[in-house]
Amino acid sequence: MASVFTSIGNWVNERAPGLMPVYRKHMTEYYTPKNFNFWYYFGVLAIVVLVNQILTGIFLTMFYKPGAATAFDSVEYIMRDVDWGWLIRYMHSTGASMFFIVIYLHMFRGLMYGSYKKPRELVWLLGMFIFLALMAEAFMGYVLPWGNMSFWGAKVIISLFGAVPVIGDALVQWIMGDYNPADATLNRFFALHVIALPLVLLLLVVLHIFALHEVGSNNPDGVEIKKKKDPATGKPLDGIPFHPYYTVHDIVGVGFFLTICAFIIFYQPTVGGWFLEHDNFIPANPLVTPPEIKPVWYFTPFYGILRVIPNKQLGIVAMFASIVLLFLLPWVDRGAVKSVRYRGLGYKVALGLFAATFLLLGSIGAGLTAEWIPKLFGAKADVTSIEMHFGWLLVVMYFCYFIFLWVYTAFGLEKTKPVPERVTAHA
Amino acid sequence: MANEGVNQGRRRFLTGTTAVVGGIGVAFAATPFIKSWEPSERAKNAGAPVLQDISKIEPGQKVSVLWRGSPVWIVNRTKAMLDTLPGLKDRLRDPDSVASDQPKYAQNIDRSIKPEWLVMIGICTHLGCSPEYVPEIKPEPFDPEWKGGFFCPCHKSRYDISGRVFQGVPAPLNMVVPPYKFVDDTHILIGVNPEDKA
Repeated sequence: MASVFTSIGNWVNERAPGLMPVYRKHMTEYYTPKNFNFWYYFGVLAIVVLVNQILTGIFLTMFYKPGAATAFDSVEYIMRDVDWGWLIRYMHSTGASMFFIVIYLHMFRGLMYGSYKKPRELVWLLGMFIFLALMAEAFMGYVLPWGNMSFWGAKVIISLFGAVPVIGDALVQWIMGDYNPADATLNRFFALHVIALPLVLLLLVVLHIFALHEVGSNNPDGVEIKKKKDPATGKPLDGIPFHPYYTVHDIVGVGFFLTICAFIIFYQPTVGGWFLEHDNFIPANPLVTPPEIKPVWYFTPFYGILRVIPNKQLGIVAMFASIVLLFLLPWVDRGAVKSVRYRGLGYKVALGLFAATFLLLGSIGAGLTAEWIPKLFGAKADVTSIEMHFGWLLVVMYFCYFIFLWVYTAFGLEKTKPVPERVTAHA
Repeated sequence: MANEGVNQGRRRFLTGTTAVVGGIGVAFAATPFIKSWEPSERAKNAGAPVLQDISKIEPGQKVSVLWRGSPVWIVNRTKAMLDTLPGLKDRLRDPDSVASDQPKYAQNIDRSIKPEWLVMIGICTHLGCSPEYVPEIKPEPFDPEWKGGFFCPCHKSRYDISGRVFQGVPAPLNMVVPPYKFVDDTHILIGVNPEDKA
């Protein structure tokens, strides 16, 4: 048998001699820092979820019928009548939320260990574009079941474009293809969700990985392993081949992750209204608004910013600015030390506050804060006013992270610790 | 490649003009695809003006009509309701509807052509919820000095009986008045201005 494989291999190799070098470059001779920790699972987990979304998505497309009159019923058909349809749909809906959990942790890892810094700015930028494409993909996917939250969510989000000066109203009509989210809107979102954006996402993911493999992976120490090479072999002393070392290592993490996913899919597919909102189990109705229009949890931090700023235009600008600033992070942070392990106390505190701010903005966007306030301040508390002031504080803190980071690093205020020569892996 | 005897200026010019012509071609080719997203003829037809008989609407009653997928409210306002309007000026965000969206002929204190008939798109200007009609002039949990109007359950925005927004609520503007006209004393056509032909 082996000889058959060898001869097939040789046959291909003679005709496409460029393939093996590509395989070696990205797998068996991609030298990966040996000190990866827990935080380095989320890149590969994101790929696992992406594959899950594409596979389950293809099968959902076989049964789903886009169209304002058919969409909701076809989703119920998948849930009730298609063999295993419920599982395929729950894998897809759970996958969407898991995608964001994994991506947010992946991004936080980048912040902690300075993975966005030189020479990895391009990796970070491509990653941010993936994040943007993913948000568009998730938003449009959420519209497809044509539940009541699909409809009203689409209406609210699309109406944000109405804030664009002069052409705003025409732009909103152009996006919707009607005067309200309607059949035309649903069909174009379907096209974008199942073909256009997945193509963009896949291309960006490939570019993200290629860009990473050009410069090499960062690690929890923020040490460039390429600087210390074995003089005899020319391989990084602190690097190990991605395959088989990290492929096998990642199988364990993937198994653990899929176990958690399976638990959610089988026992808590809506996660109490967090992964699938209750109001989306009611068909779309343009005349009846859900009691509270709120996005799925992964958009709530950004929605929180929009919600607490009373001026609509300003709220939208602040919301978009909160994402744009993340793109600029490699140029905002001028510090030479990458990893939080060796950075100044100011950075550690700021990063912690930034993460807390992000979560609390999410709690405002999800309407949780409005529930907490009466419990904390008594039933007579002015919920709207307290929430608004708390929200303003959070918005200011969010933007202050970037201002602080620039001032802290550009003017040499940061007191860093010495960075080791080699990674501090446990031998 | 041999570059001797090459006229660099001409080469740059030809490269530039070719790229520009190609770019124009791309722009033309993109037009039909971009235009295809405009509301189709069918959608425009479905969004045509809506005729509503108002002879059966009792004083104080509100009727909802669907126009372009949005609820349009027609309220037959009583004199008591209209009398509340001038006194609210200091509590409103945009009492004269300067920043708000309505046709010119409805930019007045009652935001209408005929004061007793309010015609308005029943969508909160905050985030697009549909407010509730709370016409009684009596203290409400959300406002002890309530003079009747509209209350949005989503984020507690309040509007007076002309759809003018109160201060201190999340909604930024008064509710939108659509174009409309009286065809005769008992019929309103929603979607066209009085001066338009329809």
